[in-house]
Parts: sequence; C-alpha cells; structure tokens
Amino acid sequence: MAERATPPASMQDYLAAHAHRGQTMLLPALLEAQKRYNHISKEIAAEIGRALNVPLAEVTGVIEFYSMLHDRPTGETHIRICESPVCNLFGAKTVSKTLCRELDTAICEPTIDSKYYVESVECLGLCERAPVMLVDDRPIGQTTPDVVAELVRRPPDPPSGLIRTGTRLLTARLGKISPTSLPDYEETDGLRGLEAALALSPMEVIEQVKAAGLMGRGGAAFPTGIKWEGAAQAEGQPKYLVCNADESEPGTFKDRTLLEEDPFSILEGMLIAAYAIGATQGFLYVRGEYPRAQGILQRAIEVFRSAGLLGANIRGRGFDFDIELRSGAGAYICGEETALFESIEGKRGYPRIKPPFPTQHGLFGKPTVINNVETFANVPLLFRMGVEEYRKLGSEKSSGPRLFCLSGDTFMPGLFEITTPITLRDLIFKEAGGIRNGRKLGAVLLGGAAGKFVPPDQLDVRLTFEDTRAAGLSLGSGVVMVFDETRDLRQVLLDLGHFFAHESCGKCYPCQLGTQRQLEILERLAHGQLLPGDKERLTDVGWTMTDASLCGLGQTAATAVLSVMEHWPHLFEPGQ
Amino acid sequence: MTLTLTIDGREIHAPAGSSLMQAAQLADVDTPVICYHEATTPNGLCRQCVVEVDGWRVLAPACVTPAAEGMEVHTASERVTRARRTLLEMLNASIDLSQAPEIQQQMDDYQADRERFPGAERRAPAMLDDNPFYVRDYDKCLMCWRCVQACADDLQFTYALSTGGRGYNSHVTTFFDAPMPETTCVFCGNCVAVCPTNALISKTEIYLQQGLDYDSIRREKRNQRRAQDKKGGAQ
Repeated sequence: MAERATPPASMQDYLAAHAHRGQTMLLPALLEAQKRYNHISKEIAAEIGRALNVPLAEVTGVIEFYSMLHDRPTGETHIRICESPVCNLFGAKTVSKTLCRELDTAICEPTIDSKYYVESVECLGLCERAPVMLVDDRPIGQTTPDVVAELVRRPPDPPSGLIRTGTRLLTARLGKISPTSLPDYEETDGLRGLEAALALSPMEVIEQVKAAGLMGRGGAAFPTGIKWEGAAQAEGQPKYLVCNADESEPGTFKDRTLLEEDPFSILEGMLIAAYAIGATQGFLYVRGEYPRAQGILQRAIEVFRSAGLLGANIRGRGFDFDIELRSGAGAYICGEETALFESIEGKRGYPRIKPPFPTQHGLFGKPTVINNVETFANVPLLFRMGVEEYRKLGSEKSSGPRLFCLSGDTFMPGLFEITTPITLRDLIFKEAGGIRNGRKLGAVLLGGAAGKFVPPDQLDVRLTFEDTRAAGLSLGSGVVMVFDETRDLRQVLLDLGHFFAHESCGKCYPCQLGTQRQLEILERLAHGQLLPGDKERLTDVGWTMTDASLCGLGQTAATAVLSVMEHWPHLFEPGQ
Repeated sequence: MTLTLTIDGREIHAPAGSSLMQAAQLADVDTPVICYHEATTPNGLCRQCVVEVDGWRVLAPACVTPAAEGMEVHTASERVTRARRTLLEMLNASIDLSQAPEIQQQMDDYQADRERFPGAERRAPAMLDDNPFYVRDYDKCLMCWRCVQACADDLQFTYALSTGGRGYNSHVTTFFDAPMPETTCVFCGNCVAVCPTNALISKTEIYLQQGLDYDSIRREKRNQRRAQDKKGGAQ
C-alpha cells in the first residue's frame, strides 16, 4: 500500500467548507471521516454533529445504519468479499476463510498490526466476474483461494463490462471510447439527443417521452413520461432531479457498467429531464461500493461543467442546472426512492409512507423526479432516434432496448442488450451459449433477490413487461441468475434470506421481524433440519411480509422463497 | 365534506381527511394497534392495524391511510387476520411482552400461538440502570419509536434518543451508548409515559411495587444520585 499522508487531527478543514449546508452534509462528512481515520471516533462524531447542527444521538443512529461506516477502528486496507448467491456459487466463502487464515485474522476483526480488515458483504455488483472482492477502491474479480493473499496486493481489474450482444444502442460506446473524453462522446452521436430535446418546449419533451412509451428500468416499470409530467405540474420550488445509481439488487451490474463506461450519456439524460420538469439542481446518488464509477462520474461532471453543459444558461437556452455526486454508504434500502431522499437529507435511510409521492413531495419535501441510470441512458437515445424509430425497438407495451445481467452457471456471463424481444430460453441458450461444463439447467432467478425462481420447463416467456407480468413474473432490474442442475436451491435461498435480514432497515415490523424469522427457518432448510410446521411458518411469515410491509423490500423479501415452494415443493418436506 | 365508504359491508359517512382507523371507529370497528399513540406522529410501523381494501395489491395500515370515497374496506378478512396473528407471534418470539396487557389481549383475540417459532433468536439486550429516575429494560422494547419521538419533535425537543442498528438488530440508542445522565436528557418522563411495554419504567413505580413508602423511595434515590455523582467526579 502507498503510504498515506497523516490525516489532520480534526475535521475542521472539511467542516469549514461544508457545514453551512447543515444536515444534508452528514453522510458525506461521515464518509470523509471514515476515509481519513478508518473509523469514526466519538470525538470526531461529536465534532461533525455540532458543526452540522444534528443531534448527537442521531449521528450515532446514522453511523449504525450504514454498513460502510464504523465506530470502531478497522484497518488501513479494507477488504470486502462479496458473499452474494453468485459469488458463493464460485467459492466466495473459501476465499474469505483462506484470506483470514493468511492474514491471521477473522471476519470484521482488524489484523493485529491494524493493516487489514476483512469483511464479508452483500452483492458488490461485479457478478460477471464472480467471485469478487473490493480492496479499498480496487475491484478484483475471479479471485481464487490459493492466490488470495497475493490478490490483495494485485492491481485492479481493467474496467471491462463484458458486453455480449450484437445490436448495440445503449451499450454502443461501452469499451469503445475513453469514457470521460467529450470529443469521443460527440463523435459517437453524443449530445445529439440534448440538441433535439432543447429544440422543443419542456411540455413537448414530456409528450415525446410519453409517446415513446419509456418505462422505468429500476424494477417498478413506471411510465417515465407520466412521472415527469407529475413533477412538472406540481406546485413548489425548487424542483429536484435525482439519478438513482444505488444499484444493489444482487445480480445487477448494468448501471455500474453504464456509469463507468458511458457516464456522459447519463448526464445528458439528466439534462433533458431537468429541462423538461424545470429542475435546477440534480443529485446523482451512487452506491458506496462503486468507487470507480464515482471517480469517473466526478470527472465527467467536471468536463460537462467546463464545457458549459452544466451551470448557468446551458447552451444559451436560459436554463440552469447542476449535478452533485453523492455516495451511498452500504445500505440496499437506499435504492428505494424515498429512503434515498432521506439519505441525501442526512438521515437514516428509512423509506417513507406513500402517498405523498416524490413528484409532489420528494427530496427536501419538494417536487422531485427520480429515475434509474438505465432509464436516463434511454433518454438521449430516444431523442436522437425519434419516437417512431425508438418505438420499433422492444415490444408494443415495453418499448426501447433493455439490458439484462447474466450471471451464475451460464456459459457467457455479462451484459446483454436486447432490442427485439426474445424468450428467457433463447437469452440463456442462444445468446449466452447455455450452461457451463456441459451441465443441464436447474433453475433461473429472474429479476434479482426480489424476483422469482423459474423452473427449466417455463422458460418460454418473452422478456417484456407485459409477457412476464402475464406469467406472474417480473423483469425487475434485468437479473438473470442461472443455476445448473447440481446446485442446491436451499443453499441459494439461505444466501437470499441472509441478504434480506442484513438489509432490512427495521422500520416496519413485518420486515424487521419477518426477515429474521425467515432466515432462521431457511437455515434449518439448508442444513436439513426442518421442524414439523416449518413450511407453514415460512408461508405465514412470507405472506405477512408480502402483504403488510411498508416498502418494496419487505413486500418482495419472500417472493423467491415462495416461488421455490411453488415449483419445488418436495424441498420443504422434513427429512429431505 | 363527507366521504362515503364501506367497512365490513356497512356504509359509513366519514369527514374528509379521516384515516381509515377513524372511519372504522365510526363503524364501531376497533382496530388493534401497537405503535400508535395519540401523542406521537403515526409512522405506520407495526402494521397491526392493516386492513384489506378492494383493488389494492397490499394491505393498508389504517392509522396512516386516508379514507377515500367509495373504498370497500375489510377489517377481518383472512389476509388481515393472518398478518395480525403472525406479527404477534413473531413479536412474542423476539421480546418480553409479559407486561404489555393490551398485546396479551390481542394474542388471545387472534389466537396467536405463543410458541409459534421454536428456536427463534431473542434480542435479549442487557438492562440499563444508569440514572435515578428510570430503568431501560430493552428486552421489553418493541421499537414503537414513541420514546424517540416524545423526546424529539412530538413533545420535548430534547433529542437524547435515536433509533440505531438495522433490521432485527434495530434498537433505541443514545450517542455512542452514553448513559442517560451524559446525554441531553432532562428526565421529563415523557418517554416513560408513552412506553407500551414497561421497557421504560420509573424507579418510583418499581419501588412502590416492592412495597417501599415515599420517604424510603426518596432516600433510596438520593443515595443513588450521590453514588453516581461520586463516580462521575472520580473519572
């Protein structure tokens, strides 16, 4: 490791520059302290709380909410080993055990010399290179137990998104341009969408988005144009625009790839949206586990600013807009839109009760549009192509290109851009080359941890919004996690159960209690120790979470479990 | 303005702005609650008040869901009953509800199995006795947030408490777990007053239960305060 300069004894320098903004700077300040001191001491926490006028109890509440903030010393080098379902298929647990042995430490214990701190974490969004780890800011893929201690000192992987498809619209620039070169961007049709949109009135822009049938790519598939219209018409100033780049759904890595390799397209999409709804301030909230994407985006924002594409009077059209980059700090729930607002406001990332909806009462209580990264990437494309051409892509009710993240036992894991709807079977067997090692398919998890398992005889569903919905499935964030016939789904369910119990925010009882009770039963299931009545317990817990939870996390925390129960009921008989 | 809606088949005229819980009261339907309290802002945490609304994908928490014209509400459907019963069973497997008579009554009403979750991990935090006025027995805490809210914007504006942790490990905390006398706490007692389970209990009440009279209680508290001052001074 390079020698670090001794950090200043207090946060005074940082706080002098930022404290006037108050509580919204709490998470950035705590992240800065964590970076400087490898933890946040009581003294530093008090200094930050007082400067930002945040009650000290609440500072502790915020530190304890986010996995990447620690109130006890960690190590100079922080190693995060992904233990999500996909990485566990490829031996992540052995990797972490070996690493701990070689460094003579245990999970979440700093080494005696305080040099290393090893942590097992939920999905790092690098699933195409499983098993993976994050060594400080360096993502390292395809780790193996025998070289793991050496890997800690290895340079990071080159940024390669493993783009797997022929037709490339959303992914056209990925790997082909220098991501933060504006000339490269303009030579590859960059800014043409913005020019086309700025030639229209804001209301015309919204009409075009509605006519194009663009639907949100974050998982809920809400019509983007209607969302923009709601915020544009809402009372209240200022209006905010937020890009949700808190991609944390296990098995999802599409947004990271777009952010790292085509950051300008996201900024261009945000500019068009801001113009349409009349927003002057934007926030780009990127999960804390994506340090490389954050670095690239920060540079991209500066390039846009120098070119007059952010700031006052953009392109001489009398429209002002700027974007602030914000980092998450390890909390899946902050991908829920209202929890993300709370996080930007400097609070624990608890989801809010809806209604009111963000378009009326969003960030700082103001009208807000929040869209996913891939949704913003579609916007410049749509305006560059024109509505008519754009609508030719995808299907009638699910227009435009769509990204899918294939991982697990597929022959070709990676990012697939689909412009003509195909079935799940064709995606796996024609596009991605089928199953590794000549094995047969066992199951597919479609849509992410919040999605459903699909058995091999039900793969002929077209991957569109309308077809999956008719089949009782959801595309979610485009996750296609593939398991071969030798995999034990009970083990995968245990990983998912662990994920939800770890990531539940604890606000509402069904999810706070249900994710724990579900995990306990899934542990018995995975270890062949089911008790009489466990199937009924799991069903009651699952439906209570689904029916009664406050937000989408709890409402989907049992979806995968219930789908396995439906299609593989024999796995839940005691004695199996 | 009045809204017309149907609750369990009965047509109800409720003032505009009513919650479903208020509308249910007009229909003489009692809604079971755990976190809800008149003095604190409802947050829809416990979900024990959920009801089924025709056409809704998920159940609606009656305390924070506004009644709307034409709603068809069911307060005793199978889905509602399953959620309420399972919530009570999961809660009872997590904490000590022995001093929460209202919740005990709900468990009887919903025929909750008090042993539904064998082998369930209880939260079981240590009891905190760090001041002369009240004890914090968080093994009884069900995270209704009332104390945190009473300490903050709902009543006292003192901000000594916050929720901490996440998920099942959520708990009520102070700044770096500081003992109450080292926080901004002014010992107003509002948190104790709104606690539904005796997780917060005043020492006077404990001593009265032990049969002490007021003079002995005063003496006992004075001794404790002196012992703590001495301890504080020695540090």
